[in-house]
Amino acid sequence: MDINATLVGQMITFALFVWFTMKFVWPVLEKILKDRQQKISEGLAAAERGHKELEIAQKYAIQHIHEARSKAVDAIEQAKKQAAFIIEQAKIEALKEREQIVSLGHEEIKQERRVAKEQLQNEVVNIAIASAEKLLGRVITEADHKAFLNAETKFRAPEE
Amino acid sequence: MSNNLPEPPLDAASYIHHHLEHWEWKTHLGTFNLDTLLVSWVIGITFLLIFRWVAKRATIETPGLLQNFVELLYEFVQKQVKETFHGRSRLIAPLALTIFVWVFLMNFVDLLPVDILPKTAGLLGASHFKAVPTTDPNLTLGMSLSVFFLILFYSISIKGVGGFLKELTCKPFGGYLFVVNLALKLIEELAKPLSLGLRLFGNLYAGELIFILIALLGYWQWFLGVPWAIFHILVITIQAFIFMMLTIVYLSLASEDH
Repeated sequence: MDINATLVGQMITFALFVWFTMKFVWPVLEKILKDRQQKISEGLAAAERGHKELEIAQKYAIQHIHEARSKAVDAIEQAKKQAAFIIEQAKIEALKEREQIVSLGHEEIKQERRVAKEQLQNEVVNIAIASAEKLLGRVITEADHKAFLNAETKFRAPEE
Repeated sequence: MSNNLPEPPLDAASYIHHHLEHWEWKTHLGTFNLDTLLVSWVIGITFLLIFRWVAKRATIETPGLLQNFVELLYEFVQKQVKETFHGRSRLIAPLALTIFVWVFLMNFVDLLPVDILPKTAGLLGASHFKAVPTTDPNLTLGMSLSVFFLILFYSISIKGVGGFLKELTCKPFGGYLFVVNLALKLIEELAKPLSLGLRLFGNLYAGELIFILIALLGYWQWFLGVPWAIFHILVITIQAFIFMMLTIVYLSLASEDH
């Protein structure tokens, strides 16, 4: 083995190669790997976060469903109550209406009866007057009436 | 030696010798082993450009096969550095990555059949071609010396000149025996780059030599070459890993303030 100028040449070569790696290879790789590391850890964190959020959302959803269900049940209950109340109310109303109609009918009947009675009375009076005229053979006038009434006749229309 | 490679069975000694000679280029600055330089450059530049290409095109969401592989290497090296080196340094980790991949790839040339690159280079006019760069002590010691200078740089920049001198002279026996301390410390420090470089060189040189010897066995080489190659996959990986690990360890020792 003989040492010669190659030694110096190799030292220079070595230095240049190391410089090249240091300048152009190592930092680039370092950056790439660090970035990837960060990206992966960020991704994992995001996944974790997503997982948690999903869990919370699921809890919310279940809670909401429960609430909605109980609300629906309440609403149905209330509607039923309302319906029953309305029916009840309607019944009461109808009864009132009926009573009113019935009493109105009664009233009308009474009215008509009264009218009929009056008519009958008038007719009776007329018939009486007519028959009296026939008996007397003349027309009974207003003056006759008055004289008749003033004479305190026992003739009276029958009381109702 | 001639340009034509000798036939292995005819002359074993010259075949071996031929494979252990460098393709040299003599200049007034000194002699350069062109084979070592060229192979290490081609490998290193290819590796760096591929890594740069991958890093530039890298995506966070959809890493491709190559990106995954590069990231695997990155994380492997980063883990080693993080576990061993406790200071903060922008240099250590890229340094470790460069060492590991580059040394591994240079070692890997060892697994190519011993004659492929030398014959190809011979066709292109190279008289000799020692293909595996890490079997050249110039390369391994060049790297380990660079590491040694980094050790000095870190020691001084973190402990200060005074602190570093104090560490050299006052340990392990206290200030009165500073001559002994200094001698021990110098040996200790100088042994680091020497052992670092020679370990890699020795392992790969021996491995390559055994491949050359196996190549001399004619048809028997298949029965020996394959197990040795499989075993060698382990060796070259471990050697690249050791070089990287020791560099990290030495630098972390240097930057630790006692």
